[in-house]
Amino acid sequence: MKQEDLQKVVPGFDEPVTGSQAVFRRALQALSMPGRAVDVPAVAQRPVMGRGAAALLLLALLDSDCTLWLSASLRESDAQAWLRFHTGCRCVDDPAQARFLWLAAGDAWPSLSAMNTGSDEYPDQSATCVMEVASLQGGPAWQMSGPGIDGSGSLCTDGLPADFDAQWLANHAAFPRGVDVFLATGTQLLGLPRSTRLLRNDTVEA
Amino acid sequence: MFHAFDNPGPNRETGRADWMALLARAPLPLLEQALQPHQVGRRTEWLRRPETGLYMVQGRAGGTGERFNLGEVTVTRCALRSVAPDAEPSPVGVAYVMGRQHRQAELAALADALLQQSAHRETLEQTLLQPVRQHLALQTSRRQAQVQSTKVDFFTVAREAGGGDNEEDEA
Repeated sequence: MKQEDLQKVVPGFDEPVTGSQAVFRRALQALSMPGRAVDVPAVAQRPVMGRGAAALLLLALLDSDCTLWLSASLRESDAQAWLRFHTGCRCVDDPAQARFLWLAAGDAWPSLSAMNTGSDEYPDQSATCVMEVASLQGGPAWQMSGPGIDGSGSLCTDGLPADFDAQWLANHAAFPRGVDVFLATGTQLLGLPRSTRLLRNDTVEA
Repeated sequence: MFHAFDNPGPNRETGRADWMALLARAPLPLLEQALQPHQVGRRTEWLRRPETGLYMVQGRAGGTGERFNLGEVTVTRCALRSVAPDAEPSPVGVAYVMGRQHRQAELAALADALLQQSAHRETLEQTLLQPVRQHLALQTSRRQAQVQSTKVDFFTVAREAGGGDNEEDEA
């Protein structure tokens, strides 16, 4: 890490043990009940770039064995230096090489099929993708069903790519391979594990 | 060990790597004493609280051979900013210190942070770095004196040409 990068770094968790455990617990909750927004407690200082919940989630999950891919606006920012300093993770240039991806709103996002989906023998080695979205309340509505959802649920979110339904269909069809997704705002997380079925509401009615 | 750092030579300014190497080996009482006036009214912002772990030390036989693992060594590291009430926070100070003394790592990092600010450098050079250099020089000379008493001078007598071999042949 360069000298200038270190000067920009802000502290991480206030209490490293309880802080990372609290965030990890929320991440489990989000993945076990897909579609339900989970509040992430503000237990750490955060970099200027990137949304809070995404930063906290990655700070809790990453370690020195992890590879990370960042979208363009995060790559040269204090968020990159902050994660590398506190977690020791390695940043890679190719999304297919990364075990974790952090996609900032407004940047060009790689499609889910360009990420590491694991193998049939080791589907657990696939990537986990954190996508920043504008909100988890307004925006286009989606219908969701699958494990962890009682009957069917709905999801309203703004900021997903236009062809996300097709991307997700392919991601879901590759089960047990596939990418797990977290949608993140400033304070909330929402889990979309690969087992969840997603349909955009306008396609349901048509 | 650390020859380049300890013998700065004339007209050579102490660089950051030099003072970090000195601070890492500075004894705790010296650090406490020299930094005490600099801590008044200042707050520490931790980037990384002192944490103790193991590092693998590698060596090269004769300084040129293949690298080999010499053994593990206990190291305490930390990173911090020193914040004064009405001034810019200091640059980030970092310390890697052998052993398990958290306080020693903390003070070494604080000294590193302050030494990066020109306002403190002159004072600390006099009150901290110079005494540390003296302490280390004293330590080295003591050790040399201790080892000197067991010194053995080996010498070999040049063989007389041909003598021994002939005797064996005759027998």
